[in-house]
Amino acid sequence: MADINLMDIIKEKNVVYKKTKVLTDKVMHYCPGCGHSTTHRIIAEVIEEMGIQDKTIGIAPVGCSVFMYDYIDVDTQEAAHGRAPALATAIKRLLPDRYVFTYQGDGDLAAIGTAETIHACNRGENITMIFINNGIYGMTGGQMAPTSIEGMRTSTTPYGRDAHLMGHPIKMTELVAQLPGTYYVTRQAVHTPNLVRKTKKAIRKAFEYQALNRGVSFVEVVSNCNSGWKMSPVQAVKWLDENMLPFYPLGDIKVPEK
Amino acid sequence: MAKVKGAIVVDTERCKGCELCVISCPTHVIAMSKKVNSKGYHYAYMENPDACNGCTNCAIVCPDGVITVYRMKVEEKTEV
Repeated sequence: MADINLMDIIKEKNVVYKKTKVLTDKVMHYCPGCGHSTTHRIIAEVIEEMGIQDKTIGIAPVGCSVFMYDYIDVDTQEAAHGRAPALATAIKRLLPDRYVFTYQGDGDLAAIGTAETIHACNRGENITMIFINNGIYGMTGGQMAPTSIEGMRTSTTPYGRDAHLMGHPIKMTELVAQLPGTYYVTRQAVHTPNLVRKTKKAIRKAFEYQALNRGVSFVEVVSNCNSGWKMSPVQAVKWLDENMLPFYPLGDIKVPEK
Repeated sequence: MAKVKGAIVVDTERCKGCELCVISCPTHVIAMSKKVNSKGYHYAYMENPDACNGCTNCAIVCPDGVITVYRMKVEEKTEV
């Protein structure tokens, strides 16, 4: 076979994958290997594929992903800590033709914003909620979160989370799936290529269901926090596979009835 | 028989050297450079470009979306 020069392959007509235009060129401030960046990217890809860039409004949370508005090139509002579902409710009721999504971490959605989350889901607001679960308060220094799994070492539980002393971890996704206002509830992850593809499909469905006006679409993404877990990205991915996924099994929890 | 050849281009300044592309490449094309970018991260590069088939796994798993993937079909001449 004749040798093929690399420059023959690297041509505009041969592109099969490149960064979406909906993601800005600004370098993300996230740590290397962070699941936030991957999730931002696939949300941006879904928005581009659906062609809804000018009709989408995102709600940024408090936490590492507070700067989401710098990275995803859509209209974005910044909510007070945990209040993203309340803000999304207001925006969706005022502008019902827009695609409204909240992007929240576990400290935001599962701790301080539990009431807002549960009541927004119970009311059946027609929004998409994307919940990044890394089992830790990443931005503030890796403290224990409500979603930290049992035995997990964090900066406030250096000997591991003890369920007798600190309570049990909360599975928000299973919790909201019980409520009649949710339409589509699923749990996904983004640390391997196949899981990223599945998560992208789930997020796409979650956005598409908004057009049906049936209720909340809730996508949990089990993610990593390399800095908070004090591991390298590769170690963190392995740890996530071995420890987080048995407790947070992946898959659809509530799918629309046909 | 047509064969698929691929290539990747890494935006070295945006790469943070997390190595997730290295572990997800099925054909072991990618390795981390000994050089660093201006932020001090070892960036990914094609160590073994002949094996790349442009499957896009690296680009899909890359958190920062720094990888662009190219793929083309190559007609292989078989001698009879």
